[in-house]
Amino acid sequence: MKTILEILAEIRPESDFTGLEDFIEEGLLDSFDVVTLVSDIEKNYDISIEGVDILPENFRNAVAIKALLQRYGVQG
Amino acid sequence: MNFTFKQRAITGLLAVIPSNERSFVEEMANFNFPEKRSLKLAEVMGYDKHRIVDGPVCVSDLAVAGMEHLFANKLLERDGFDALIVVTQSPDYIMPPTSNVIQGRLGLKQDLLCMDINQGCAGFLVGLMQGFLLLDQPSVERVVLINADVLSRKVSLKDRNSYPLIGDAASIAILERSDEATPIHMNLKMDGSRRDALRIPAGGMRLPTSPETAAMSEDADGNLRSQDNLVMDGSAVFNFVQVEVPPMIEAILRTADKKMEDVDVFLFHQPNRFMLEKLASRMGVPLDKMPTNVVEHFGNSSGVTIPIALAFNLSEKITSGGLYACLSGFGVGLTWSSMLMRLGPMQFCKMMEI
Repeated sequence: MKTILEILAEIRPESDFTGLEDFIEEGLLDSFDVVTLVSDIEKNYDISIEGVDILPENFRNAVAIKALLQRYGVQG
Repeated sequence: MNFTFKQRAITGLLAVIPSNERSFVEEMANFNFPEKRSLKLAEVMGYDKHRIVDGPVCVSDLAVAGMEHLFANKLLERDGFDALIVVTQSPDYIMPPTSNVIQGRLGLKQDLLCMDINQGCAGFLVGLMQGFLLLDQPSVERVVLINADVLSRKVSLKDRNSYPLIGDAASIAILERSDEATPIHMNLKMDGSRRDALRIPAGGMRLPTSPETAAMSEDADGNLRSQDNLVMDGSAVFNFVQVEVPPMIEAILRTADKKMEDVDVFLFHQPNRFMLEKLASRMGVPLDKMPTNVVEHFGNSSGVTIPIALAFNLSEKITSGGLYACLSGFGVGLTWSSMLMRLGPMQFCKMMEI
């Protein structure tokens, strides 16, 4: 199973997401990259993220994404 | 707010689509994004093909072609209706109304109400509401509801967020009184405080078009567009739909005293496949009851995606029998609406290309 940072690196291989506070604000992810990210996360962790949870604040950094995934029972 | 209509029916439906088909793959080079990233997005969103007008084709051109087809095939008499409603966000002119343009081009009678409604993705439902209300008048025997848009002409070719999914189309629905019709339930909400989520900034009186408004600039996502182009806050619109639509559907089912299982088909506006699949999942609607194939075959033609979904997928069922349907449109305004009604048997329910 891939880590969040590995999934992000596949979407934007030219970017370094390590330690960044806000992927969206800093221009590493756009609103449509979030859609791709959701799709990849769902496949990787075999979960389905509710539409109402697909908000920029839930994908702004690795901590926020991990917190979201924990709500869907994904640890790590 | 809620509406109920009794003894009202759609008795015929024609969807008109341009023959000019373009594919995402052939247009991908226009976008300011790596190919791999665009292809990945296309897979998730359902971008594939879309139908767009070729050249300066207007709403009235699509509508007149469709109406002449109905006259020629004796599906509608030229003087056989008393109101002509046109729902569009891309009128031929600021003035006169496009409904009057169509009236004049078709040589229709003077004893005819022509009315334009400026509505988008919920426009088919808003048009139905207006048509059903007009049928309260004894002088109105039949209403023609045209829902049409040619918004590809207002979307930047270099806008990967909007251009791949835009579609142009028209639909013509015939509305009549019917003693056999079961009650139709509708709810509708609007929120103008969120109006900026979907808009064309220039071209009205607030900001007339000018060389300055036509200048292209790059947005935070890397898309190039001008103020003359349609702009959508994709994230805000997505969240609006996911938050507002499911409770609206639950409310209309309660109002009609129906269960989700009583509905044969969910005909929702189709902005993209990802959004629809998330909606279906949240509401517990099986995907085989919710067609999602309009956007990938024809593109998002605003409110017209609903009648296209009907004519493309369910024509035979609608003409030979009928279905209990839940219609829903959501978008510009912001506006969101749903309707529960029995569809069919219709005299005709089909598509044509021009």
